[in-house]
Amino acid sequence: MTITNDAIEEWMKRFAAEVAENRSYLTKLDGAIGDGDHGTNMDRGMKKALEKLEAADGDDIGASLKTVGMALVSSVGGAAGPLYGTLFLQMGQSAAGKSELDLAGFTDALDAGIQGVIKRGKAEPGDKTMLDALGPALEALRSAGDDDVAGALSRAAEAAREGMESTVPMVARKGRASYLGERSAGHQDPGATSSHLLLKTVAEAVGSGGAAG
Amino acid sequence: MKKLINAPEDVLRDALEGMAAAHGDRVRVTFDTPVIVRIDAPVQGKVGIISGGGSGHEPMHGGFVGMGMLDAACPGEVFTSPTPDQMDAATKAVNGGAGVLHIVKNYTGDVMNFEMAAEIASAEDIEVVAVVTNDDVAVQDSLYTAGRRGVGVTVLAEKICGAAAEEGKSLQEVADICRRVNDQGRSMGMALTPCITPAAGEPNFTLGDDEMEIGIGIHGEPGRQRMKVEPAAKIVERLASAVVEDLPYNEGDEVLAFVNGMGGTPLIELYIVYNELNKFLQARGIKITRNLIGNYITSLEMAGCSITLVRLDDELTRLWDAPVDTIALRWGAR
Repeated sequence: MTITNDAIEEWMKRFAAEVAENRSYLTKLDGAIGDGDHGTNMDRGMKKALEKLEAADGDDIGASLKTVGMALVSSVGGAAGPLYGTLFLQMGQSAAGKSELDLAGFTDALDAGIQGVIKRGKAEPGDKTMLDALGPALEALRSAGDDDVAGALSRAAEAAREGMESTVPMVARKGRASYLGERSAGHQDPGATSSHLLLKTVAEAVGSGGAAG
Repeated sequence: MKKLINAPEDVLRDALEGMAAAHGDRVRVTFDTPVIVRIDAPVQGKVGIISGGGSGHEPMHGGFVGMGMLDAACPGEVFTSPTPDQMDAATKAVNGGAGVLHIVKNYTGDVMNFEMAAEIASAEDIEVVAVVTNDDVAVQDSLYTAGRRGVGVTVLAEKICGAAAEEGKSLQEVADICRRVNDQGRSMGMALTPCITPAAGEPNFTLGDDEMEIGIGIHGEPGRQRMKVEPAAKIVERLASAVVEDLPYNEGDEVLAFVNGMGGTPLIELYIVYNELNKFLQARGIKITRNLIGNYITSLEMAGCSITLVRLDDELTRLWDAPVDTIALRWGAR
């Protein structure tokens, strides 16, 4: 079983819908320890990304992911724009020219995206950022067998959820939340929360039959 | 929330259209990729200077576009860093062949977006140097934070660098002057009330009627301490001692003193603050030789102030005095 460009487009639709639905929730989480715009900004960015994606054609997964990345970079701003933008741009680079990805190919793409996020944001695991959700998801994919794409993605989504929850007691060391120091503990990181939505929706999109045999 | 707006999502666009309508003789404004550019840009042979950041801090940065200060400003959504394409558009619009200085306030989003813009510019063979301002002493500069925030010094650096660029200094020289202003500058702010971003619709933090936050950031980020409101003299002592001890500023130093309003504090109170600051510095043998008092780097309707000092030398003083002709800061020109 592989992941096709249709599945990637389905993933983006579902992610945009989840972000829209959780717009107030993400903004509220961000309001507690950041500047209260994460939901608004991601919603604006994903709407723009879907517009661009719908206007594009072809079955190149790399091109689709780059389209999403560029749209986020140019419409989100803040910290989320460069970070999510870089994630998708680097994933797109890794998947360039491919019309389908097996589990290893998707894992490599996500890995490239995460490396881009690390380079751009200079965060480490435990800093209370989106990496705390993305990192465990990547590990789950790496340790999965090659045969069951949907199952591996759903385990990755679960790992992302646990990673997101693990940010609650953490003290922020990056971004605006870091100004709070110890006072940032006790709040779930909004970036890790949107990253969980990203993994949750890829598992759903592929699991729903968006993947081709 | 009571605000003079049409709709939260239209705030930036509507305000930019107002600026274009009012100041079309000084700046040209683009809306789809929001950028405010000096009317005669690019000035051939002159180093271009751009800055940018979230909106809601007016007149910074758009009000500082003009002769002797910025060549362009990139306004983001309210309290949200602008995007690399805005910075790229601004960089191209002001590049007169001598390179472009990016003045970046130290916030995670601003720094990352400007980094991406610099990467794009370098691919387009435009020489760009970025200088990050980080003058807010309220934040501990450590591995455990995003570092000190860029605040009041940014305004002063934009003025001084603008003058240096007008004199024909090279990109490296203008960047060095920018670093010097930042190195010699320190700030700290305080808030009496929070502010409300149009998109959020409610205050970004709460303060009791009798409380203040010492060390506040310009987006309402927490400071060092929340406490009962005190007389202005005591508040100034708290801010000014933190600033003076940090660099430190010493007896015999000559400084530019900048008393900034956060947007909701009347000028009469800012003059009370300036009076207390002047007495505080006099008692320590530190001489204010230049000053700036008013609302220049605001936080929407927040009430409060910040104090910034920059240690001056002859060159910085001369550059501060040089003509400037922008929407919000104007002297010696026209």
